[in-house]
Amino acid sequence: MKTSSLPAAEVDRTLELSQARSQRRAGARRFAVALAALSLGLLISVALATGIGRMDLGWETVAAVLLNKLGLKAAAVDRTTEVVVWGIRLSRVVLSALVGAALATAGVVFQGLLLNPLADPFTIGVSTGAAFGVALLVMLGVGGAFWGLSPLPLGALVGALGAMLAVLALSREGGRLRKESLILAGIVVSTFLSALISLIKSLDEESLSAIVFWIMGSFSGRGWVHVGFLLPYAALGFLLTALHTRELDILALGEDSSHYLGVAVSRVRLKLLLGASLLTAGAVSVSGVIGFVGLVVPHLMRMLAGPAHGRLLLLSALSGALTLMWADVLARVLLASGQELPVGVVTALLGGPFFFYLLKSRRSRGMW
Amino acid sequence: MIRVEAVDLGYGERLVLSGLNFQVNPGEFVGLLGPNGSGKSTLVHALAGLLPPKRGRIIVKAQGLGSLASRLRAQILAVVPQSSEVRFPFSCLEIVLMGRYPRRRRLGSLTDEDLLWALRAMRQTTTAHLQDRPITEVSGGEGQRVVIARALAQDPEILLLDEATSSLDVRKKLEIFEIVKELNQTRNLTVLCAMHDLNLAALYCRRLMFLKDGRLIQDGPTDEVFNPAVLAAVYDTPMEVKRHPTFNRPYAVMLPLAAGPRGAAANQEAARP
Repeated sequence: MKTSSLPAAEVDRTLELSQARSQRRAGARRFAVALAALSLGLLISVALATGIGRMDLGWETVAAVLLNKLGLKAAAVDRTTEVVVWGIRLSRVVLSALVGAALATAGVVFQGLLLNPLADPFTIGVSTGAAFGVALLVMLGVGGAFWGLSPLPLGALVGALGAMLAVLALSREGGRLRKESLILAGIVVSTFLSALISLIKSLDEESLSAIVFWIMGSFSGRGWVHVGFLLPYAALGFLLTALHTRELDILALGEDSSHYLGVAVSRVRLKLLLGASLLTAGAVSVSGVIGFVGLVVPHLMRMLAGPAHGRLLLLSALSGALTLMWADVLARVLLASGQELPVGVVTALLGGPFFFYLLKSRRSRGMW
Repeated sequence: MIRVEAVDLGYGERLVLSGLNFQVNPGEFVGLLGPNGSGKSTLVHALAGLLPPKRGRIIVKAQGLGSLASRLRAQILAVVPQSSEVRFPFSCLEIVLMGRYPRRRRLGSLTDEDLLWALRAMRQTTTAHLQDRPITEVSGGEGQRVVIARALAQDPEILLLDEATSSLDVRKKLEIFEIVKELNQTRNLTVLCAMHDLNLAALYCRRLMFLKDGRLIQDGPTDEVFNPAVLAAVYDTPMEVKRHPTFNRPYAVMLPLAAGPRGAAANQEAARP
């Protein structure tokens, strides 16, 4: 590689350089503050969310269980309480955080890659594709885990990729992707697959709640096993996307310009789509289809930290985790009857109006 | 630097250009001219490695263009497209820094040298004051100059301009071409620009290539090929070519179509010194 060197006179422009550098440092500081705040918020929220539930255990008991498990000998706690706090609540809190992070990250990637502000795993049909893949496997009776790994996320991945290909093919016109028809195609594919899921579940003589579980999303009855199912997919997906944030920035310039700048466009795009699909598939296979997290969170973070994807990805993952964790707390406790809401209902109720507001305010400021 | 051997170009079944054979040497300043749809952009796309030839081969610095790794190609060759729309509010400095992509380590962070290159490119294109402005909030002309700065930040050996100044006003056009000319002279940058503006081409390009009906029909030093006969044949328009007395550059004046090709031929006689 030829290294480019500057004439000596150029290097003298220290003032200009230091100005530009301090500008960039200011941006980095803002990012660091946001990162620290979100991380801290996440830690505190995990503890708080674990403490909230139908059975009132008291904060000391919850704290004692957590500390015991961390190896610090706190007060003795009976077995039932331990199971409720550790086995039921904390596992669910952790799972909802992971799913939220995965969905928000996937949303960042889909929006950046498809250059569409409305793209997220849900709106482009990828989530429903994943849910369909899982539903099909369950109907065929392939559900058990092998060495702690479940085939369900794999079915979800195949479904996600299939749905994505269908949507991309539907919105392609004359060899080019039409941004306008992308969401339309996503909704068509998604609605069709939702109907298929309902059909499969009805044929399978399952209850209505099983259908609702997949279509509206829920963490009801989920535990550490599911965290285990999700983790490898989420980790791989996050790694794939995190390694290509610089390319994601450049791809915002369009396909041709990215090529001119030396990005191997098709290969990079394939990796990113695969990464986002892994994240979506992992998330959906444990929680069903949850909308709006992948849509709203990236928008908010872009307003906070700018469009550079390196920072955007991290911040979105953290706030996606926070958002879904609290949405699930609401889903657990909102109904006075003690019934649980599907968490997708909560995210849609909160996310819909909020997104409407975002869209309005952003358009008036000339973004997107 | 660039060698094009028996190349046919096209999209799908459609053949746009055929039988191309030419060579561009280091430090040349070449203008690519021709009517709408004659394949100027197609040729630029092919030279940029975006469109693989249907037949023949394109060789850049003794290597097949198709087999050149993307980043390596972008170190040699920068392209300024006609227009570009950016959907995210990146600051102009961030956009120019993207030009450093092919020269940065894959996961390494930004160095002072990258920043210096970007700042210098912005100074050269008089966009330094736009550093912190979002690219979504600058005018078309400003945006285009930022894109040119991005190409310069690549530190390329070859610069391809695809109607890069078409959307700019006269002054801005000249400013851009002055920068390019300067880099061409001081750093031996090889320049090839597809353009519509005949007089701008005559002013800066030392060699002109004319495309017409899917072929390269004229290729030579500007002083030789920039004449009424060639221009009339390429554009089907009567033209008169004169030479500026002080700057000694040729320039073309279009005549009413009623003058007909004969009118142009007659003028060619008149144009002879």
